[in-house]
Amino acid sequence: MTALLEMKNVSKVYSRGLLSKISTTALDNMSLTLKEETPTIVTVAGESGSGKTTLAMLLLGFIEATAGQIIYKGTDITKLRGEERMTFRREVQAVFQDPFSVFNPFYTVDHLLSVPIKKFKLARNKQDAFERMEEALTAVGLQPNEIIGRYPHQLSGGQRQRINVARALVLRPKLLIADEPVSMVDASLRATILETLQNLQRSYGVSIIYITHDLTTAYHIAESIVVLYRGQVMEAGSVDDVIKKPQHPYTRLLIDSIPWPDINRRWGETEIEAKESELSDYSKGCRFLARCPFAMEKCQPAPPPLFQLSQFQAAACYLFDQHPKLASEQLTELLPV
Amino acid sequence: MDTMLNVAAKESDIGQATKPVLELENLRVSYYTDAGRAIALDGVDLTLMAGEKLGLVGESGSGKSTMALAMMRMIKPPGRIEEGRVIVDDTDLTALSEQDMLRARLSKISYIPQGAMNSLNPVLRVGAQLMDAMKAHVPDMPKDEMQAHCIRSLESVDLKANVFKMFPHELSGGMKQRVCIAIGILLKPKVIIADEPTSALDVVTQRQVMETIDRVQKQIGATVILIGHDMGLMAQFVDKVAVMYTGRFMEISPVRDMFLKPAHPYAQALIRSLPNLENKGVFQGIPGIAPSLLSLPGGCAFHPRCPFVMDICREQRPPFETFQENRQVACYLYTEKARS
Ligand SMILES: Nc1ncnc2c1ncn2[C@@H]1O[C@H](COP(=O)(O)OP(=O)(O)OP(=O)(O)O)[C@@H](O)[C@H]1O
Ligand SMILES: Nc1ncnc2c1ncn2[C@@H]1O[C@H](COP(=O)(O)OP(=O)(O)OP(=O)(O)O)[C@@H](O)[C@H]1O
Ligand code: SF4
Ligand SMILES: [Mg+2]
Ligand SMILES: [Mg+2]
Repeated sequence: MTALLEMKNVSKVYSRGLLSKISTTALDNMSLTLKEETPTIVTVAGESGSGKTTLAMLLLGFIEATAGQIIYKGTDITKLRGEERMTFRREVQAVFQDPFSVFNPFYTVDHLLSVPIKKFKLARNKQDAFERMEEALTAVGLQPNEIIGRYPHQLSGGQRQRINVARALVLRPKLLIADEPVSMVDASLRATILETLQNLQRSYGVSIIYITHDLTTAYHIAESIVVLYRGQVMEAGSVDDVIKKPQHPYTRLLIDSIPWPDINRRWGETEIEAKESELSDYSKGCRFLARCPFAMEKCQPAPPPLFQLSQFQAAACYLFDQHPKLASEQLTELLPV
Repeated sequence: MDTMLNVAAKESDIGQATKPVLELENLRVSYYTDAGRAIALDGVDLTLMAGEKLGLVGESGSGKSTMALAMMRMIKPPGRIEEGRVIVDDTDLTALSEQDMLRARLSKISYIPQGAMNSLNPVLRVGAQLMDAMKAHVPDMPKDEMQAHCIRSLESVDLKANVFKMFPHELSGGMKQRVCIAIGILLKPKVIIADEPTSALDVVTQRQVMETIDRVQKQIGATVILIGHDMGLMAQFVDKVAVMYTGRFMEISPVRDMFLKPAHPYAQALIRSLPNLENKGVFQGIPGIAPSLLSLPGGCAFHPRCPFVMDICREQRPPFETFQENRQVACYLYTEKARS
């Protein structure tokens, strides 16, 4: 059986300007497979600039990989043409981080939602199209009669973000790439929208790549997690292992930095070593070296590979080099579905 | 320190926690949409002392940004401030001329808008954007002094001086957000409103940005209103929390009380909906959907979703009243009238 989506050793390097020698490796040799028969929710987490959006853009075919291949249902996505390409564009949908920039300010909400319905011929008639639109808006907690006809600037931040999610719902994709889909809504709505996404996976077999820095929601909705730092996988595995028992020093810092909605638990017991703005370019060794409180001699010459700690957990850190190494192509084996 | 700016924030004012720095009186805003008049802010009263940090939370679309924009007098048509006063440091902003209001922005009250980092001009260097703000407020200051001041402002938010010469796209999200904070504090305002300053940032950067706001706030003795949805951030950062629903305050309580014994049923539901690492896969959204602002339900706006609804809740709007020391709530569960 061919996979729904397969990333094979994908890297993306941005070079600044044509003449400049400075380049940023936004994603470094990542491999990941999603199977159609086992729809799942994978979280991709990591701080700002770790390559999360780059990953999303690559998977959507918006940018081309510098190295490696992305294969959708057996075909390299750069080679999709005609009918196949249309199918890919309908089946792989995105909900983006920044609701302020995605919408054309001159189109009303119903226009934004009805265009994809028409384009992909998803409705039998006008009435059917309208019902689909209403259903999707209600699912994300919006009042259709109030919202339809509005322009994007007439909506609150969270309302725009929800229109984004509704748009993806209308299309019933096979794969949904959700880049911070709920960062701007309140906790109650966040729960409602995430539940909607989870139902999408359970009832309609949609696989979801959930990109977020919110590890609490990741824990609730996803089965597995991949933690990125500066384009490399730091830790990966089941959410239960990685979030409840983080091993990599970077993951530990991330978990420790969660602002708990608990008045008796103070924020950040561990100091943040170096601030991101003070970091110069990458060293040859571990990408986390400059900030790592455990840095050792052996971390300097080369980046650590993944070391497998248990069936569903591995960390790229020399603190664990007594454990078996895992090739980066085997990442998917760590992720329960 | 340059003299011009010391006028804006006299050291002697700081620490006088007895006098309110900010007062809102019956602030009311409507948007006139095609479908009718939406009352987005429905008579809000608020008093904050110097150095206080208020968290403003509530359903998406409940009027939080509208309240901030109204305080800045930045509501644009089809929106309109219908009535009310905004008093900062004894000045009624609603009575100022356009010209004076222009000057009050940034120097008396500043607003770091939702999605601020995307509002930086992509083709202007960071420095030029800071200098523009300076020129508008202190046009007579010598240029090198202005520049030195801007760089100090960048440094106070943990950015290096060379950021002055950079373009926004050369900065990470966290750095851009800090540039926006640097602009917001440039003229040492009395009131800083930060609208979801960290919702697009990861937790580590979030912590750095909040620590920055905290430190700067203490330095200039400003009052901060932090708008957001992240209750974790609120628990860690603010002194008081105001919960808004359909353009009205439902409850204002000290942060401890809000988290440990929220009073208003909506506040209770909001606190209950917070995820933790224990009850995996349990989503506790509040059942029902927020009402349309075009036709709010009569009485208490929360009554159709409230598990404790009584007859009176459907008939009359509950007053926003003090029910315990430092705590205000708009709910009949806490008034004498309903009990009798
Ligand atoms: N078009 C581009 N040109 C040059 N560099 C880029 C470009 N887009 C991204 N980068 C760089 O690639 C790296 C990864 O960026 P990316 O946007 O994928 O991060 P992210 O994890 O999504 O961050 P955030 O949490 O802030 O959204 C960053 O260092 C960024 O500066
Ligand atoms: N320009 C406008 N025209 C019409 N309605 C508007 C306009 N701006 C805001 N609204 C409406 O006013 C209400 C309050 O919006 P506001 O932006 O203040 O909400 P908010 O509490 O900040 O929400 P969020 O948490 O989602 O940012 C919303 O219902 C919104 O749709
Ligand atoms: S490999 Fe070394 S530098 Fe990297 S996180 Fe582990 S201990 Fe720290
Ligand atoms: Mg991103
Ligand atoms: Mg808002």
